[in-house]
Amino acid sequence: MKLSAPSLGRFASALSVSAIAIAAFGSAVSAETIRWARVGDALTMDPHSQNEGPTLTVLHHIYETLVRRDIDGSLQPRLATEWYIHPDDPTVWVFKLREGVTFHNGNEFNAEDVVFSFERVRAESSGFRALHTAVTGATAVDDHTVHVQMEGPSPLYVQNLTNFFIIDSDWSRENDVVNPQDFAAGEESYAVRNTNGTGHYQLVSRDPEVQTVMTYYDGHWDEAPQVTDIVYTPIAEAATRVAALLSGEVDMVQDVPVQDIARLEQTDGITIATGPENRNIFFSYDMTSPQLISANVDDNPFSHPEVREAMALALDRDAIRQVVMRGQSQPSAAPLPPFVNGWTEAMHSYDAPDYERASELVRSVYPDGFSVDMHCPNDRYLNDEAICQATVAMLGRAGIDINLVSQTRSLHFPLIENWETDFYLLGWGVPTFDSAYVFNFLVHSRGDGFGAYNGAHYANDDVDAMIESLSTMTDLEARNQVVADIWEQVMEDRVFLNVHNQLLAYAVRDGITVAVHPENQPHMASITIDN
Amino acid sequence: MSDPKTSGPQANEAVTEAAIPERTPGRLFKIWDSDVAYSFRTSPVAIISGVVALAIILAALLAPWIAPTNPFDPASLNLMDGFTPPMQENAFTGNTFLLGTDNQGRDMLSAMLYGARISLFVGVSAVLLAMVLGITAGLIAGYRGGWADAVLMRIADVQLSFPSILIALLIFGVARGIIPPSQRETMAIWVLIVAIGLSDWVQFARIVRGATMVEKSKEYVQAAKVIGAHPFKILLRHILPNVMGPVLVIATIGLALAIIAEATLSFLGVGVPPTQPSLGTLIRIGQQYLFSGEWWILLFPAVMLLTLALAVNLLGDWLRDALNPRLR
Amino acid sequence: MLAYLIRRIVQSAIVMLVVALVAFALFRYVGDPINAMVSQETTLEDRAALRDLLGLNDPFLVQFGRFIGNAVQGEFGMSYRLQQPVMELILQRLPATLELALVSGLAAFVLGVSAGVYTALNPRGGISTGIMTVSLIGVSLPTFLIGVLLIWLFAVELQWLPSFGRGETVTLPGGWVTGFLTPTGRISLILPAITLGLYQMTLIMRLVRAEMLEVLRTDYVKFARARGLSNRAVHFGHALKNTLVPVITITGLQLGSIIAFAIITETVFQWPGVGALFINSVRAVDVPVMAAYLVLIALIFVIINLIVDLLYYAVDPRLRVERGGARH
Repeated sequence: MKLSAPSLGRFASALSVSAIAIAAFGSAVSAETIRWARVGDALTMDPHSQNEGPTLTVLHHIYETLVRRDIDGSLQPRLATEWYIHPDDPTVWVFKLREGVTFHNGNEFNAEDVVFSFERVRAESSGFRALHTAVTGATAVDDHTVHVQMEGPSPLYVQNLTNFFIIDSDWSRENDVVNPQDFAAGEESYAVRNTNGTGHYQLVSRDPEVQTVMTYYDGHWDEAPQVTDIVYTPIAEAATRVAALLSGEVDMVQDVPVQDIARLEQTDGITIATGPENRNIFFSYDMTSPQLISANVDDNPFSHPEVREAMALALDRDAIRQVVMRGQSQPSAAPLPPFVNGWTEAMHSYDAPDYERASELVRSVYPDGFSVDMHCPNDRYLNDEAICQATVAMLGRAGIDINLVSQTRSLHFPLIENWETDFYLLGWGVPTFDSAYVFNFLVHSRGDGFGAYNGAHYANDDVDAMIESLSTMTDLEARNQVVADIWEQVMEDRVFLNVHNQLLAYAVRDGITVAVHPENQPHMASITIDN
Repeated sequence: MSDPKTSGPQANEAVTEAAIPERTPGRLFKIWDSDVAYSFRTSPVAIISGVVALAIILAALLAPWIAPTNPFDPASLNLMDGFTPPMQENAFTGNTFLLGTDNQGRDMLSAMLYGARISLFVGVSAVLLAMVLGITAGLIAGYRGGWADAVLMRIADVQLSFPSILIALLIFGVARGIIPPSQRETMAIWVLIVAIGLSDWVQFARIVRGATMVEKSKEYVQAAKVIGAHPFKILLRHILPNVMGPVLVIATIGLALAIIAEATLSFLGVGVPPTQPSLGTLIRIGQQYLFSGEWWILLFPAVMLLTLALAVNLLGDWLRDALNPRLR
Repeated sequence: MLAYLIRRIVQSAIVMLVVALVAFALFRYVGDPINAMVSQETTLEDRAALRDLLGLNDPFLVQFGRFIGNAVQGEFGMSYRLQQPVMELILQRLPATLELALVSGLAAFVLGVSAGVYTALNPRGGISTGIMTVSLIGVSLPTFLIGVLLIWLFAVELQWLPSFGRGETVTLPGGWVTGFLTPTGRISLILPAITLGLYQMTLIMRLVRAEMLEVLRTDYVKFARARGLSNRAVHFGHALKNTLVPVITITGLQLGSIIAFAIITETVFQWPGVGALFINSVRAVDVPVMAAYLVLIALIFVIINLIVDLLYYAVDPRLRVERGGARH
């Protein structure tokens, strides 16, 4: 990675960055450079290796998907212009591909690349395998039509494709990257640092966790964006990130700490954009085991409906919204963002806190209250630790004495996967925008690929059967009814103690207009700059 | 920096077994006492830092009695009290706090007093641990020499080759693996003490080893050996008192370092639970509000930590000079 | 000499092995690497398969043996997180850390020695007391807070200096990426270097002062004065020269704490060095990077220790006697 890194900051003139870009690719006339900072970096440039937030966000600039998720959550055409279930066969998805698209190296984009990408994304070493398990194969019908054969009817499968990138088949074969990076191979894959997509931007240089530079690809099929050059810099420390924006060294900060939003809004020359993220933050608890790991009582307190109701009454969501989140959240009773299929107004509403009633309920089962450990990540969600702390105080008022264990994400999440926690905080995004995604991972009893994050140990045979039926139902109305039935049962059983859906905030210098993307994947080509 | 010249001669008089216990420590301490006392009286820096350190330590010790609230009792907190500025009324609850409240609605003053208590407890315990380990290792290495010396000093090398913060991080990690999940929370503070203490013993060991090597060749030790005194006794009664001066100096400065180390570890995400914040944890939380206008959450704990560490460091400085007669 | 050399090298090898063993044992408790590598959709079965693939289910000693076998050949495998060869990642980041350490170390040395000499020559002066007290602030606040405060003052409020990163860099022949050759590269060094060097500066200053005070009282200096040499010649030609030997030695050994605090400094300033790489790796449980980093650091230190010891051995005949004596 030899680069004389064009520096960020007004200390290095923005000119030098674009000067390098122009020298190298000699096209862009009205060059606009955006200096973009975020907490973490992309892990790899391989489009099928890591299904992880920042990685996907960067890759969306270089590679393209068949369909894209719009700001409002709807699906929009990208490399596919049309998609539908085959009229004669409900198990086949048909994709009509865009014509006149070329990869960055000049290769033409066609059906073969899509078929190849379907193979690659389903490989053993792909990080996206789980999203495509229902696929049995893809075939190119002609140069611009692809048929995807599913195991059974999969009416919502297209929702799984918003992060499915298309890679050039010839380039992949030439460079021996037919499969994503294999960890056992012991050597680096060419695709980790080199790219060949169809996206708006091509990779100029990359220094992992330091800087990634991209420039406009003038052979792109869509109209030319205003932003021609991107300098992406991860800045891990929140204070430093905000400082870099305040001092004018970056143009856009993607992860703005909620407490700094008000100050930044009042600062001359800085604008804030906020919007809901597709991610709910909730508590869950082991409500099934006869005994807990950490409780000071002999039975399982969470198995008592009274206790679960008491916790719901003790949680003051509005106070958390106001103080901890500074208004940057949408409190809700169900762990489902409003734009996801299956959400209803009723699921949103929650009772006002009533500590007296909560305390009565707890003491009706345990006259002296009880104590239990709560596990919390401290580096994963917006103010995760502060949310847990506030909840500890609220539950304390209801007679539940909580020991808070807050730790880094790599220690926290295995506790849930291994059933080693009684009570925990979790955030869940719904990339498919359908409730089934929540049910599969959080509600279905564990086993056969289901329930990986069902830390509640929730197991209800009827619910399991309903969840399994969802994947093949083609009558969407009937399907929605089943979804509603499942939610009703889940809410009645109080499987989740939901806190809120978190709002995202992007801070930009004045003149830049950016919209918050529900998947937290802003695209620089959609940014407008008005100097 | 050990000073055998002052202590050597009078220890030399006490060659007979019986005389040692009563006379040596008593006289030593009397001499130290008067010298130190004189030096203290004539040093304004020492007096001021002594008073300041004592005041903070007392306030921390008495926190449960003098703090307005108990910040460690979550049930007593009201989240809506959060971010109240000092001496201003909270718009929702109508409560007023002398130094304001933090992000959880904790009274800053109470949180700082309780936090200082935790910081001091961690610091003092860690230094004591490092001291006991270091002195033991230093005495053995210096007195026995040979392979014991080689092994101990190589261990010290390993230790020195790892940055102390790294060692503390790693020890913290191991403890988490060993301690059953249900006890991790209650053990966290002890783990922290062990982590900081273990990363700090080498200094004590090196100084004690050096002093021991000098002392053991002295006539009085040789004499004690000849009359068949147990090595343990020789170490404890003859050599140890002579190295206590420099040890005390390192311990004082080590205390300030340990308190800072606790804060640094908190920044790296390990340390005491957030529901029972130390001074360092309060600062870690406070620095998130540096740009958002809630200055009191950072300023007050930072000033308290700075004052405490500064006072202790200045005391250590003065002690170093006071115990070194050649500098007087 | 040869026997001593061989013995020390064997000891060093054992030290390295112990470091590797300890480091490796600790990784099991840092977290679960699999969790950091897969997405939330990954089934428990696929996770188990990946764990098998990486050999994480093998007995501990088998894993350790494999690690040592590869490490001896300089092969540290691939980063779990960045999917690039670990050695390449570390070598790519090393120049940033070394340049930062060099600048802050040099600044600390120059400023520390000057301030130390001044305070030793004017022990009772008001300026000296001022310098001593102010310098203590450097060791009385946690590094991360000093860094954040510097950013706030110089980058945000005054807008004089950059808040993060290395500025523009130039790749020298041989692949060394330097920030010394560009104005932004040099200006970017200032804040991190101050943050990192403050602690060292204080340490060196106090060491120089203490040594200087001691040396000024020796007969050697008294004779020099008696010979009618000027104050200047005595202070700098004799006293300082004698002071510098232990100071340089200890400064060299202090490289450990420079590298430790580089972890904090690099995190605060988003400095693209090995310290930031390490802390990111800890957070993602990137075991290959963590292991390589620790082993590399240990190697550097063992070598420095070895060289220092050998130099002492060669230069100072008394040590030969002492070591001989210690062996019995």
